[in-house]
Amino acid sequence: MLTRYGTLLFAAGFAFLLFVLFTSQPLGAPPMLAGQALLDEAATTVGAANIVTAVVLAYRGIDTLGELSILFAAATAVGLVLGSAHRTLGAGAPREPGGFILRAGVDFLFPLLLLVGFYIIVHGHLTPGGGFQGGVVLAAAFVLPVLARPTETLSHKAMARVEGLAGGVFILTGLGALAFDRAFLAPLLGPGQLGALLSAGTLPVLYLAVGLKVGAELASLLLRLSEDEADA
Amino acid sequence: MAWADLVIVIMVVLVLVAACAALFLKNLLGAAVATALVSLGVSVFFVMLRAPDVALTEAAIGAGLGGLLLALAARRLGLWRIEAQEESEHAGGPAC
Repeated sequence: MLTRYGTLLFAAGFAFLLFVLFTSQPLGAPPMLAGQALLDEAATTVGAANIVTAVVLAYRGIDTLGELSILFAAATAVGLVLGSAHRTLGAGAPREPGGFILRAGVDFLFPLLLLVGFYIIVHGHLTPGGGFQGGVVLAAAFVLPVLARPTETLSHKAMARVEGLAGGVFILTGLGALAFDRAFLAPLLGPGQLGALLSAGTLPVLYLAVGLKVGAELASLLLRLSEDEADA
Repeated sequence: MAWADLVIVIMVVLVLVAACAALFLKNLLGAAVATALVSLGVSVFFVMLRAPDVALTEAAIGAGLGGLLLALAARRLGLWRIEAQEESEHAGGPAC
């Protein structure tokens, strides 16, 4: 009971903080100037029609590498905790297939999710979205069939290989920029034509690696969580 | 402009109701769905604020994988099970 009101108290305090921020700061007039400079410059120097992608991969690529390593650490920790089976707290659910609606819906959704996931990843430098969002959609696409049919599970070894390969491609692309006397993870191959599928240099390669890595990590994380209680 | 205001009002009500439901629901699966609903409503706000990238992330992670993660964690802790749910439905009363 106490924790509930504690949560509400926290929410009220947070609302008060936001209220103070809103009243003290004029709306729509941020004190920073970097945003406008990036908006002016990104389309011509990086060549990505989606400015967010230009910022995420070109201007702060090493931050993205940090995000990837945090995800990797989290997925590794979950694998460490859940990988050693037979210590489940609850009674295990039997490995029965899901209901008819789940199985039929998954059969229908799997190719669509695959298509949407890869579309979001490959068009990350043109339209909203990118490796992280598309990778999550890919993870959902590969977890849903296992939820519907728990006996046909995916191999963790294969997913670890995909993850490692994608991470290696990301870092090697970043190191490749060093060979051309550029900064680590700087986009190579020039900006290209704005809005074309093959533009923005190496950014699509980087985002494809990010998408595969995020998808494999999250899929194996969710599978560990879902299959462990089925094992007990 | 009016339709945008209407959408905002509907979404504010939806998000607030879903957030309160997530706090006070006894059924943990229902609470997980409620948190996913909060994320879905917030992602609509992100679209209206012209941040489609953030909206995609919020919808995919918050509404999609987040709800699934909470439900699977609850199932792993033994707080919610499929067959228990079905049995209680056959018995005629809701679980927990």
